[in-house]
Amino acid sequence: MAMTMHCNVVSAEKKLFDGRAELVVASGIMGELGILPGHTPLLTELKPGSIKVVKQNGEEELIYVSSGFLEVQPDTVTVLADSAERAANLDEAAAKEAIEAAQRAMADQSAELEYAQAAAMLAQAAAQLQTIQQLRKKLGK
Amino acid sequence: MAVGKEIRSQIGSIKNTQKITKAMQMVAASKMRKAQDRMAASHPYATQIRKVVSHIAESTPEYRHSYMQERDVKRVGYIVVSTDRGLCGGLNINLFKAAVKDILEWKNKGAEIDICAIGNKAGGFFRRYGGSLVAAKSGLGDAPKASELVGSVKVMLDAYEEGRIDRLYVVYNEFINTMSQKPLVQQLLPLEAGAVEEDSNSRKVAGWDYLYEPDPRSLLDSLLIRYIESQVYQAVVENIACEQSARMVAMKSATDNAGNFISELQLVYNKARQAAITQEIAEIVGGAAAI
Repeated sequence: MAMTMHCNVVSAEKKLFDGRAELVVASGIMGELGILPGHTPLLTELKPGSIKVVKQNGEEELIYVSSGFLEVQPDTVTVLADSAERAANLDEAAAKEAIEAAQRAMADQSAELEYAQAAAMLAQAAAQLQTIQQLRKKLGK
Repeated sequence: MAVGKEIRSQIGSIKNTQKITKAMQMVAASKMRKAQDRMAASHPYATQIRKVVSHIAESTPEYRHSYMQERDVKRVGYIVVSTDRGLCGGLNINLFKAAVKDILEWKNKGAEIDICAIGNKAGGFFRRYGGSLVAAKSGLGDAPKASELVGSVKVMLDAYEEGRIDRLYVVYNEFINTMSQKPLVQQLLPLEAGAVEEDSNSRKVAGWDYLYEPDPRSLLDSLLIRYIESQVYQAVVENIACEQSARMVAMKSATDNAGNFISELQLVYNKARQAAITQEIAEIVGGAAAI
């Protein structure tokens, strides 16, 4: 049997995953990360994106994360998300709408802060959409 | 018949009080369930971030964040989390006792005290007790948002950063179960290594460090601030669950006491009434015999 490590995914509102995993793929602020058991200790910020957890039996779980932190110890991976949602529970229509709203806000030339906010919103909504598509591709196979 | 008029009106007013306490008990019971759910919802995050931070405190990083450095203690900061309203038994008093005990210990060592009060009761108490109250926040309601707490927490964090305080504690009630709550003084800063007991596989390799992405400074800055905020938020949410259950228990015993009181008074009233009737009969019989 493949080696496993303990994986914890929590958001400020709830616990999303707690169990053994063979592989965790996350989108760190400096790029995609694939973490296998025995990884060296690592601490990174997360950007909006999906987290893929490959469980012991080969099943995959997709979780959308808005932002947060990832801690890696050789035998544990901990994801501290600001807000997170299982991919299956994401709302595609709402995400598309959010993208449009954010783009409109960005096109609208106004204060600097609002632009930054809109950009963050856009990144989150785009990441949600991507997570949904990823899930669909997996199910379609 | 004018017997026991005072007693009757007394019984009436106690019955009214009983109605009120009964209603408060039921309101607290329903709020308690929600408060407990809220506490349970944010609990995993608070525990996990605590674990991560204790790992960081154990590591030997090249960059020592100011939150990780022990300093000589000249001034101590306390964030005291209390309720906004009373009628919840000894909850707040016990909490303040625990806080004052800890404060006195520091005072004996020559340290001065800064207090950040969350909740009306703490504000009132420490204004009377006489410490320097640097921040106060009240009116959070039953479902506080983390963003509402950020301001008062930031006051304390800034003070720590600038060296005005050298230690930071949070004081709140720990929820054990519905019947019991325990006042707890928890150290926030500087970070304590090994604050969380590891399962078993804790590594004892000395001198390890993380890989940081992007860089240790900005990463630790935001992570540690998030850590403090989540701990204070958890303390507040837990304290609300404590408040509701303490109030429920207090109001239940008030209702029971009122019931006992009423039955005692009823007994006294009945006796007085009976005595009056007996006396009347005796008078009539006496009067008839005289004729």
